[in-house]
Amino acid sequence: MINLKVFLTGLQSLKGSRSPAIPLAACFIALGALLKDAGFNIQQSAASSLFTYALPGQLVMAESLLVGASIINIFIAVWLVNFRLYPMTVSLFPLLDHKSQPKWKYYLSCHFLAVTSWLIAKDGYKKIDKKHRIDFWIGIGIGTWSTAIFMTVIGYLSADYLNKNMLIGLAIVNPVYFFCMMIGAMKNLSISIAVIGGTVLGPVIYLFSTEWALLFAGLIAGTIAFLFEGKNGK
Amino acid sequence: MASSQIIILAILVTSVATFISRFMGALTSEKVSVNSKIFKWFNCVAYSTLAALLGRMIVFPAGVLADSDLIIRLIVLISCIALFIMTKKNLVIPTIISAVLLGVLTNF
Repeated sequence: MINLKVFLTGLQSLKGSRSPAIPLAACFIALGALLKDAGFNIQQSAASSLFTYALPGQLVMAESLLVGASIINIFIAVWLVNFRLYPMTVSLFPLLDHKSQPKWKYYLSCHFLAVTSWLIAKDGYKKIDKKHRIDFWIGIGIGTWSTAIFMTVIGYLSADYLNKNMLIGLAIVNPVYFFCMMIGAMKNLSISIAVIGGTVLGPVIYLFSTEWALLFAGLIAGTIAFLFEGKNGK
Repeated sequence: MASSQIIILAILVTSVATFISRFMGALTSEKVSVNSKIFKWFNCVAYSTLAALLGRMIVFPAGVLADSDLIIRLIVLISCIALFIMTKKNLVIPTIISAVLLGVLTNF
């Protein structure tokens, strides 16, 4: 059903000099502490990472609850911030597709799609035989997802021992890790334009619309990058 | 502070709002070929949306990170990217250094 060897290769992406374990730990420990502040109990904190497993959305949820936003507002805010997962899935899953694999693997494992797992999969899928790529993905997903849940619990339990300086330190780790991974992914001109354009447009559009900034910045910079690629015939 | 029912509802709503995008992505993927132009467009949009999120996290961060100075965050980010390139794309060293560097620069 699942090719164990390939699955373990995916799982082992947690190890080594390119390990995502430290940034995952840093951000989910900080999240666990924030959820405690927002009035969550330990089960609810773990459940949030178990069922959502997308940090920006969870941050939006916790902060919305702290300012007393309505449930509908939380839904819309989370949907907008996590909508990026849609183009991310469409730009990854066709690479993992194989006729011999059952569809449920794809439908269930899409839950593992988050920035960390996506960047690792995009970085490593070529080394895996096309037939078993979905099992590689499931390995990456189980590894990163379970780390996130475990670290949320650790963050919740250690909330009282974390001072503000430590939390600020933890909060920078994740964007730094993601930026490094993105720079590593800039192997052709169109991806480089997409990354640089998005980095600049994201904060600029945020000045005009906090909620729609990601969507617009992504569409504009991504389309420019795509057109550029088309023009250069690459 | 939110009541327990509100928290459970918020977790549920957040999870559904997140899963919709993932699941719709999985369904759309079935109709998208790796060699098609639409795949390439999605790929560019995915990278730029992610970059937009990261740019926002650094320039307009949510939560505790907002209490540090923008210039310090930029110095930390640029130094760590340089470190990443110098260490032949080691990710563990720059991520650890980023937390330490931000802590040191914020307090001095």
